[in-house]
Amino acid sequence: MDLPLMGITILWVFLYGYIITASIDFGAGFFSFYCKTTGREHIVNQVIERYLSPVWEVTNVFLIFFVVGLIGFFPDTAYYFGTAALVPGSLFLVLLSLRGSFYAFAHYGVRDHWLFHMVYGVTGLLIPASLSMFLTISEGGFIGQSGSSPQLLADELLTSPYAWSVVFLALVSVLFISAYFLAYYAKKAEDLKAAKLLRSFALFWSLPTIFASFLVFLSIYEHNPLHFANMLEHSWLFLCSFACFLGALALLLGRDGYGWGFILVMLQFAFAFFGYGLSHLPYILYPSITIHTSITDSAMGRSLVIGFIAGLCLLLPSLLLLLRLFLFDARYVQGKWR
Amino acid sequence: MELDQTMLARILTSVTLGFHIIFAALGVGIPVLISIAEWLGIRRNDQHYLLMAKRWVRGFTVPVAVGVVTGTCIALQLSLLWPSFMRVAGEAIALPLFLETFAFFFEAIFLGIYLYTWNRFRQPYLHWLFSLPVILGSTASAFFIMSVNAFMNAPQGFSLVDGRIVDIQPLLAMFNPATPSKAGHMIFSSYAASAYVLAAIAALRLLRGSSHPYHLKALRLTLTAAFFFSLATALWGDIAGKYLAQYQPEKLAAAEWHFHTDRRAPLVLGGVLDQNSWEVNYGLKIPYALSILATGSADGLVKGLDQVPMAYWPPLVIHYLFDGMVAIGIYMLVLPAGYVLGLRWQKKRGPAKGWLRAIVLAAPLSLLAIELGWIFSELGRQPWILVGYMKTEHAATTAEHVDKMLLLFVGLYLFIAAVCTVVLRKMFHERPFDSELR
Ligand code: HDD
Ligand code: HEM
Ligand code: HEM
Repeated sequence: MDLPLMGITILWVFLYGYIITASIDFGAGFFSFYCKTTGREHIVNQVIERYLSPVWEVTNVFLIFFVVGLIGFFPDTAYYFGTAALVPGSLFLVLLSLRGSFYAFAHYGVRDHWLFHMVYGVTGLLIPASLSMFLTISEGGFIGQSGSSPQLLADELLTSPYAWSVVFLALVSVLFISAYFLAYYAKKAEDLKAAKLLRSFALFWSLPTIFASFLVFLSIYEHNPLHFANMLEHSWLFLCSFACFLGALALLLGRDGYGWGFILVMLQFAFAFFGYGLSHLPYILYPSITIHTSITDSAMGRSLVIGFIAGLCLLLPSLLLLLRLFLFDARYVQGKWR
Repeated sequence: MELDQTMLARILTSVTLGFHIIFAALGVGIPVLISIAEWLGIRRNDQHYLLMAKRWVRGFTVPVAVGVVTGTCIALQLSLLWPSFMRVAGEAIALPLFLETFAFFFEAIFLGIYLYTWNRFRQPYLHWLFSLPVILGSTASAFFIMSVNAFMNAPQGFSLVDGRIVDIQPLLAMFNPATPSKAGHMIFSSYAASAYVLAAIAALRLLRGSSHPYHLKALRLTLTAAFFFSLATALWGDIAGKYLAQYQPEKLAAAEWHFHTDRRAPLVLGGVLDQNSWEVNYGLKIPYALSILATGSADGLVKGLDQVPMAYWPPLVIHYLFDGMVAIGIYMLVLPAGYVLGLRWQKKRGPAKGWLRAIVLAAPLSLLAIELGWIFSELGRQPWILVGYMKTEHAATTAEHVDKMLLLFVGLYLFIAAVCTVVLRKMFHERPFDSELR
């Protein structure tokens, strides 16, 4: 594997990690808000808190890692996105900051305050929506030149059907992933009421997820035929993704094996996400920036890869420990340690 | 002062960093004190110290969370506001930036484990052990980010050919001459400030009439730590001064209003500058002190601003910032020493109110010293963003709406600060500690 490919693979893996862990978090915020407005928050809140408390900071680091890695491996990309995305990037940061700080404050009694539920629920939807805009921008056609510097064409972005289909997909996927995971977690915690409610959420959001995926396919065809043609070449990945979805749905309907079901959900999104990424290559930003033109100096690239491997040797065992203590430890999950 | 793109971007950067650093410094320092307290508690089998660690941990999660969100803001804002600089930095100094995220990762994981496993292990030292990776992670992240900032002051490890960066040596760039002095001084000042913040909480309780051994022990522990960390801060500040004299003499000269290259240079505290004659009036002169700070010898030669073209002079106001930092540093050193002597004198009638008030005051002062030190250091780098290579004005974003983003973020930080204050106050007032003592 050459350096540009290795760099983008590393980054993509971390972005995938962020998408899964953050979806669970964002969706949880929305569900707890929704349950609050319909008077059912006592059912799901405990489950949500027990899982999220130890891991929310880890979720955030996935994102930081992606951003910093992008600057490191592909400095030109950072330059283009940085200049063009001042406003959407800042708005995204404000949302993320509100959410993060409120989450910590919630430990000290503001949890039952309506403001907390509002902020937590609403940002849970707005953040993925705004993040998905960056993927849209990467498809090209939304960055113009003013003088010598890149400029975001906000009007085109906000009126593009493609952009909105991606936002739609992001929202329903967040809710689907999250509901599925929380149903699994609730079941493991032997909290049957919560599991039942969350299962119904997961079922509710399953079909819209597939519908939105097809919508995005169609609108990519309209917006960027080159990318669409590439996607067809890797169509087996998308078929695998669909198969995983069907498997996950079957397990959900059968009311058993949510654990395996969730693994299938993760695979569903992994196939789709890597299929999307693979067919996007070599472009990072259509039509001008590719992984080959924007890659960093080779000495720096090599040192980043070495640093990455060393870091991973430290990180993987620690992550496993974290999961063992909080996710796979039935007694913790059932709340027996408090 | 003109509010152009560059100025707006500078203001927004400094607002974010100035806000972040308070929480970041506490995030680096408090785990050290928590770990010491838990260790003492286990070793002496003393419930008081264990409770101390537990209560600090609970309060600690608030600054951590704010540190995380403001830190995320900086990480993105650096690219959003300084795209040209980050293109260069991305080529030359990405390694420590990248390693920093690993350090965060490491810290985040073990903090989660440490926070949620208090009663889970039969062997108490096992839980204590989990505090070590937290300290390691946060201190390492401070080290890595400081080496990025040090690179801005003393860039090396690359060559510039036709405006492009080539021949990069990542390790050389990371371990530039400014890294040891900056990282060490910053890390110890974070430890010292954190110790004072915790000391102030105990002192406040004692001032409000408590005489419980819990608070006396907390005060003794934090004040002892504060003394040693402040001593290390001051000693490392001396190293930082020697670094400046050798590599960035213009920064030191501007900080000291030292206009003429000279031997046996005095250190001037305070004073008013006469813009015509470049003479300093009303200042307090400490003979030879500047030569000693800069070179280690009273006879040492200290470069003055006469050696630097005026276009490259840093803003001269940094003199006051430097003085403020040093004055507070001395206060932080003298206070614990005086307190201990004072206690001896009074033959253990419990700490006097005056001392307690002075300790409470030291907490905001030590955080102020960190802010002063930073603004001094960053203003003193002007007009450069990368000393000798890139000017700040050539690095700022060309995007529109920076002014509106500035207002947006100021509003955000004010809001977070307000909620944070309410929450911390609530924590302080509710849950009296003795309800938790078994
Ligand atoms: C509690 C905070 C604190 C205290 C008491 C001191 N400092 Fe400091 N100082 C800092 C907190 C700080 C800092 C915030 O950590 C800085 C800002 C940038 C940096 O690298 O560290 C700094 C920078 C800084 C620099 C500039 C480094 C550079 O720009 O490269 C020098 C020369 C000193 N300090 C020297 C001192 C001396 C001689 C002190 C005597 C007691 C002192 N500091 C006390
Ligand atoms: C956290 C503590 C820090 C504080 C309080 C701080 C403060 C400041 C201030 C006041 C400025 C404005 C300078 C001016 O307008 O003249 C500034 C600029 C800047 N700082 Fe820092 N700084 C901190 C740490 C860092 C670090 C660690 C880095 C590097 C990774 C950094 C990168 C920058 C950049 C890129 C600018 C803008 C360019 C410039 O004005 O030179 N800062 N900072
Ligand atoms: C002297 C200056 C700085 C120090 C000592 C410092 C230290 C810290 C600390 C202790 C945290 C809390 C992390 C945690 O507890 O998990 C933090 C958060 C963060 N800082 Fe800073 N920081 C400094 C400046 C900067 C700068 C200039 C950047 C930009 C590159 C930055 C980026 C971040 C990020 C991205 C986070 C959030 C990380 C996470 O999600 O865990 N910091 N910083």
